[in-house]
Amino acid sequence: MSKIYVRVTSECDTGGNVIPLVVYWEDGSRFDVDRVLDVRNAASLKAGGYGLRYRVRLSSEEFHIRNRERYLYYEYGLKPERWFVEGKDT
Amino acid sequence: MLMDRTILLSDLNSFYASVECLYNPPLRTKPVAVCGAVEDRHGIVLAANPLAKKFGIRTGDAVWQAKDKCRDLTVVEPHMDRYVAVSNTVREIYQDYSPQAEPFGLDECYIDLTGTDHLHGSGKMAADSIRARIEKECGITASVGVSFTRTFAKLASDMKKPNATTVITRNEYKQKVWPLPASELLMVGRATAKKLTLMGVNTIGQLAQSNPDVLKRRFGVNGLLIRAFANGEDTDPVGATGWRPEIKSIGNSTTTPRDLVSDEDIRLIAMLLSESVAERMREKNFLCRTVQIWIRYNDMTGFQYQTPLPFSSRTAKLICDTSVRLALRHRRPGVPIRSLGVRACNLIIDEAPQLSFLPEQAADQRQEQLESAVQEIRKRFGHFAIERCSMLADRRMSGLDTRDAASSQSVAFFRGEK
Repeated sequence: MSKIYVRVTSECDTGGNVIPLVVYWEDGSRFDVDRVLDVRNAASLKAGGYGLRYRVRLSSEEFHIRNRERYLYYEYGLKPERWFVEGKDT
Repeated sequence: MLMDRTILLSDLNSFYASVECLYNPPLRTKPVAVCGAVEDRHGIVLAANPLAKKFGIRTGDAVWQAKDKCRDLTVVEPHMDRYVAVSNTVREIYQDYSPQAEPFGLDECYIDLTGTDHLHGSGKMAADSIRARIEKECGITASVGVSFTRTFAKLASDMKKPNATTVITRNEYKQKVWPLPASELLMVGRATAKKLTLMGVNTIGQLAQSNPDVLKRRFGVNGLLIRAFANGEDTDPVGATGWRPEIKSIGNSTTTPRDLVSDEDIRLIAMLLSESVAERMREKNFLCRTVQIWIRYNDMTGFQYQTPLPFSSRTAKLICDTSVRLALRHRRPGVPIRSLGVRACNLIIDEAPQLSFLPEQAADQRQEQLESAVQEIRKRFGHFAIERCSMLADRRMSGLDTRDAASSQSVAFFRGEK
């Protein structure tokens, strides 16, 4: 499956801006969002869907990863609204 | 001289099929048709992707016809929630270009960009920009027509598919539009096109140059209207997004899971449809003075009949009784009926009801109170919380959800459906 729905912990400020803080992988491993680099509406043809696309910089203590950039999509068009990523090697 | 307008018509290509292919990547390399449920006799092609269209599959084909044309066709059921979601997202994009965006169905939208050259560039530049955004942000493509009237913008959008911008300027419309068949013009349906052919008018150009008096005599005011359209003279404004068309009738029709044969069959479906029409009239605070029915037989021929009501009303009971009376009086005996439609016409706004001393009208007003109460119950507890006994006679027929097949006809153009 190229479209993977993920569990995300996020924060919503008083302006209505949603900021993802933590992304949990299918196996439960946890990736912290160090920084949100970009937010815009975009489609993912690879995953098959569209939404608010966050370009995030992730890090993981468990896997000793830092500065991993990935796209995280908030699928606001469909119900239920949820987050997805493009399936890849991690 | 008044400056020409810049009008766009954006048409999302093979909309339902494109959305299905967006959400299901493996479909993209196969011929795909989105079809209604065959078991309920809604089995027609609602949309086909470009690969399926190559086999000659078109919207309106029966599923079996489509499979005949293409053995390896992938048939997908419709997911309306997805189409509504994508349509809304695309409409938000249009808002960035102009507040005067008027949707026409889920997949089409007129946009008036007059005077925005300093913001978005020429009509073509804006159209290309819109297409790029739709593709990037939603993963589907659009064909956009650019011209100085709605009619020509629509014709332009149909000229190049998929994913293209077509411009028709005032200097070009005679070469680009006039050679086209008259039937392609907005408002020219099958009946009108036939009458025009009998008059020797086959192309839009011939229509444009026809004698206006002759057209008026044969078609009434609409004859002059279509002639104006053919000459690029339609001045109909593109409504702002909050625009509500004035409703002239409220109707509901359905193709039933099995043919209607007995009087009781007709009564049951007519009641279902009448309840739905009555509910909508109540919601919008209308009464009607005329009831119209539409019947389609299983040989696909159909007719319409209407009759005035003795007094203004919106009770499902009166609408149903009237429709059934019309249907039984005019139907071809013994011929099974495939689809039935009920429409409330000659609408008036419901002002403070006056007590009437006419026994029929007083009874109808009591019926109105009863139905109003039932509607409240349904609003709170669901449609099937309370039902007429007659509905229990045939559950397969009365379980239809008629709210989805409803339509309201407005002063401006038909909304593409019945």
